Amino acid sequence: MRISKSPWLLHYDGSSCNGCDIEVLASTAPRFDVERFGIINTGNPKHADIFLCTGGVNSQNKDVVRQIYDQMPDPKVVLACGICACDGGIFKDCYNILGGTDTVIPVDVYVPGCAVRPEAIIDGVVKALKILDEKAEKMKRGEYRSLTSAEYAEKIASKDGSDGEALQEEKDA
Amino acid sequence: MTTYGTVAVIIYLLLSPVIACTLSGVDRVVTARMQGRRGPKLMQPWYDLVKLFSKETTSVNDIQKILVMAHCFFAIFSGAIFFAGGDVMLVLFALTMSEVFLILAAYSVNAAYSEIGAQRELLQMMAYEPMTLLTAVGFYLATGSFKVDKIISTDLPLIIKMPGFFIGFCFVLVVKLRKSPFDLSTSHHANQEIIKGLTGDLSGPVYGFSELAELYEEVLMLGIVGLFFMTKEPVSLLWAFIAIAVVMFCMSLIDNIFPRVKWEALLKAAWLVTFFAGGANLVILSLAERM
Amino acid sequence: MPVLAFLILFPFAAAFILFFLKKDSKGRSFLVIFCALAELAASVYFAIDNYLHHDMEMGTYYLSDTHTADMFIAAGEFCLMLLVFSQAIRFKKYYILLLSALGTIPALYLDLMGISETTASHLKVDHLTVIMVLVVGIVGSLICIYAVGYIRDYHNHHTEYRDRSGYFFSMLFVFLGAMMGLISSDNLSWMYFFWEITSVCSFLLIGYPQTQEAVTNSFRALWMNLLGGCGFMAAIIFCVCVMEITNISQLLLFAAIPAMAIFPVGMLSFAALTKSAQMPFSRWLLGAMVAPTPTSALLHSATMVKAGVYLLLRLSPMMYGTYVGIMVTAIGGFTFFAASLLAITVSDGKKVLAYSTISNLGLITAAAGCGMSEAVWAGIMLLIFHAVTKSMMFMSVGAYENSTGSRDVEDMHGMILRYPKLAFVMTIGIFGMSVVPMGMCVAKWAALRAFVDSGYIYLTLFLCFGSASTMFYWTKWLGKIFSVSRESARHEDTVHGSEWTAIYPLTVTAVILCLVYPLISTFAVTPYIQNAFSGSLNRLVTSVPADSSLGIASNAETAQAISTEDFIIMGVMLICMCILPLGMKYVNSVQERRVLSYMSGFNTGNDRGFYDSQGEIKEQYLSNWYMPDIFGEGKILKPCLMLASAFLIVMMTACTVGGLFI
Repeated sequence: MRISKSPWLLHYDGSSCNGCDIEVLASTAPRFDVERFGIINTGNPKHADIFLCTGGVNSQNKDVVRQIYDQMPDPKVVLACGICACDGGIFKDCYNILGGTDTVIPVDVYVPGCAVRPEAIIDGVVKALKILDEKAEKMKRGEYRSLTSAEYAEKIASKDGSDGEALQEEKDA
Repeated sequence: MTTYGTVAVIIYLLLSPVIACTLSGVDRVVTARMQGRRGPKLMQPWYDLVKLFSKETTSVNDIQKILVMAHCFFAIFSGAIFFAGGDVMLVLFALTMSEVFLILAAYSVNAAYSEIGAQRELLQMMAYEPMTLLTAVGFYLATGSFKVDKIISTDLPLIIKMPGFFIGFCFVLVVKLRKSPFDLSTSHHANQEIIKGLTGDLSGPVYGFSELAELYEEVLMLGIVGLFFMTKEPVSLLWAFIAIAVVMFCMSLIDNIFPRVKWEALLKAAWLVTFFAGGANLVILSLAERM
Repeated sequence: MPVLAFLILFPFAAAFILFFLKKDSKGRSFLVIFCALAELAASVYFAIDNYLHHDMEMGTYYLSDTHTADMFIAAGEFCLMLLVFSQAIRFKKYYILLLSALGTIPALYLDLMGISETTASHLKVDHLTVIMVLVVGIVGSLICIYAVGYIRDYHNHHTEYRDRSGYFFSMLFVFLGAMMGLISSDNLSWMYFFWEITSVCSFLLIGYPQTQEAVTNSFRALWMNLLGGCGFMAAIIFCVCVMEITNISQLLLFAAIPAMAIFPVGMLSFAALTKSAQMPFSRWLLGAMVAPTPTSALLHSATMVKAGVYLLLRLSPMMYGTYVGIMVTAIGGFTFFAASLLAITVSDGKKVLAYSTISNLGLITAAAGCGMSEAVWAGIMLLIFHAVTKSMMFMSVGAYENSTGSRDVEDMHGMILRYPKLAFVMTIGIFGMSVVPMGMCVAKWAALRAFVDSGYIYLTLFLCFGSASTMFYWTKWLGKIFSVSRESARHEDTVHGSEWTAIYPLTVTAVILCLVYPLISTFAVTPYIQNAFSGSLNRLVTSVPADSSLGIASNAETAQAISTEDFIIMGVMLICMCILPLGMKYVNSVQERRVLSYMSGFNTGNDRGFYDSQGEIKEQYLSNWYMPDIFGEGKILKPCLMLASAFLIVMMTACTVGGLFI
């Protein structure tokens, strides 16, 4: 049985304007009903498989995002929902914003949009599920372990140049 | 143990997770339909369970895992006593013990949400335990035995003698199966203020064990519901299944239309129902048996 | 006979010597331990000897001609009265004078005038006596050993109290001797004498710290127990003057016609209720918690309070279906329920234990009041398990207090890592008190069955509700012990060798007792019950239709309430629980990833705090629920006491009127 049959979701609101959050909630409500795919909004990292982030990461919540990410058991995927979560969006140059979700944890799927549409979210989740299955497959063979947030931070720091380049490389990978 | 008992235990051990998953799948679909949604696939709870066991094991401390496993073991054990035709009282006591282990696991992580979930679970236990014990006493008064295999060999279904016990038991069943309005300690729904409380710090297979235990517990509880309708005629099994289906449907309905209550309300409601429905029936039954 | 005399007299002798050894020394510690071990060995020898060489079915009787001993006892009673008088005058509690005189002067009159003189034997040994001797001998002696290390620490911590430890040990031993006398006496006057010694002794032990609070509490204990003593005296006067009997065994012959004996049985039950701290009298036991822990352990688990329920269990055959039976069951059942609710609301470890003791004694009382063989079976089982488990709990709480300076349950947070040995003992104790394969719960189960059979519906309800609340306060305590903070370091406990010498054997005993449950039942409890209820057998059969579908125990053979099959299942459960700690090693052999506990992502890294909105570290404090707004002492204690008092007064009046004038 594939793990994608039962993807449980954790929704974290970084510093979003709540536009994306409303869309995320809308997709769990009757009209879009993501429970059709077995998706449940768990609200608890220890039960979740998909980490869905909205809004950019700021200096206050960066450790929170890291800690929550680390508390999720493998295999797990991270979904950056909305342009702010992808790269900071409209708030990018604010004094407190560090950037997108990938400034602190590795992101698997980027779903742009302002605000991101429920259809796009569902689409992104479905993409994430494929990655999740691949990871589960690799994990079973013992070839894969996701990076911890600390390892990820080292990786970024060891890369030459700015955050932007690191981000680009991650995207390519 | 009789041959029937052996067969029943084997069926219980092997099929309970599937049966309970299907029931809970039906529950989820029915719930979704009540809310105007399509809902998940029927076997969704089964997929969830299997997934949990395929995930990475992470733990907070050394004792968490063993406590949850003990919880699971004793939950299965108590059901096995029940289906083997054993003593209802012993079944309930073993079940209590298994609950204690889960509560200890939640306490052990030393975090606010888990701990408050543990306290609420304790409170839920305190709320439903008098009624479950009284139900066992009711079976004893009505049939002269605590043994399940004696209880099911009556001429008339016990519901006739024990309607009050049945009402009370169904009421606390809502508490026991953690349905809204009494899903204080942990909830099947996402909309909980304490983030799964009791089970909040269990993850992967460890969480899987606690889910598994819950499935076995559910089968056991529904077995007790069925006990009210069983007689020595084999056809009564059909009645029992119908009754269980009706009870399950009512649970889904209640789950959907009532908001979560505060713990004071839970305790008061459960104890009052126990006292009046269970107590009154107890008095009548006790007097009638003495005539 | 010599062994029995040794059991009773040796502690008195030991007490006399210890009284003069005021200074703490190696020699004195050795002497205390030696005396306690001697008493322990003697009680075990006594039990074995009785099993092998005496007819336990009928009981063995001793000492029929006791003129000289009677005179000694009269003198002793007089001295006790003088002692009480002096204390009462010293602290200006004059009502005590009246109570003491009311009890003692008739006793002296009866003794000196030779009215109560009898040729019947004064001491009797049967199964119940042997069980009690073992309980008191083993648990009581271990408590004395425990006290050696404890009292040293106690005075190191509480330098404000005067060190009177010689006197303390002496009182402990007087207590043991008095208990041995009480449980082996068949003669009511003798029993009364020992009864009064335990009352006075507990008064002196509770007042040991000599603070204002201790003095107040000790006088509360004294007046309540003296009041009970007056009830005892009234029963004796009635027995001697009207019924012309002097012994309990003679009184029990009236079991077939309980109406004749309703007054003395009622009065004796009243005395027993005071001694066992049942509901209107429960406050003395709570007050007794100011005393050093060995006192609490001795008074509340093994001996003093057990004297009351022991008397009730003896009288149980007389109570079936009488007013007295209703009084005792109602008070007992109500106390069980109310005390278990009150136990939820307190956080002081010893107070929780005190309420739990009152609650469990209530259950034993109710079981005795049923007057049915099954119920008495359950009552005796409860008595044995409670004595062992509760004294173990008291000792470990006391040891914890000496190690950390606090006995509050809240402060036991994460004890399993900090003080693993004590935590282990406490865990066994709490499991023993609350969950099923362990002793207490099994006996409770048997009691429930007996209550249903006896038709006491209110008892069934009290028990169902009460066991739910009992579960609550034990499990939350256990939860505290199990709350593990990351990076907790193990602390060195300052528990003395002598304390471990007492705690470990009790822990082992508690577990072994669960395994040999059926043996105790077959060899000790059931024979006693068969014998005790044989006299009242006919009555039971006529009052309950033999073909009743309830399967009521219409003869004493079915006294064992729990089937062998269930015992096997419980044995399996017990073994599974024992495997748990071993299983932990196996389960944890694969080291998995450790994660922090979930605190919304703000965990500071060691589960002890979180970052607040300013980025500062906030310590988190996780408290248990005490629900004082619902069951608080301030809220329900008074109404409960008033209710119980009113009920007791009505029932006692009914007994008196019914017994004296009809």
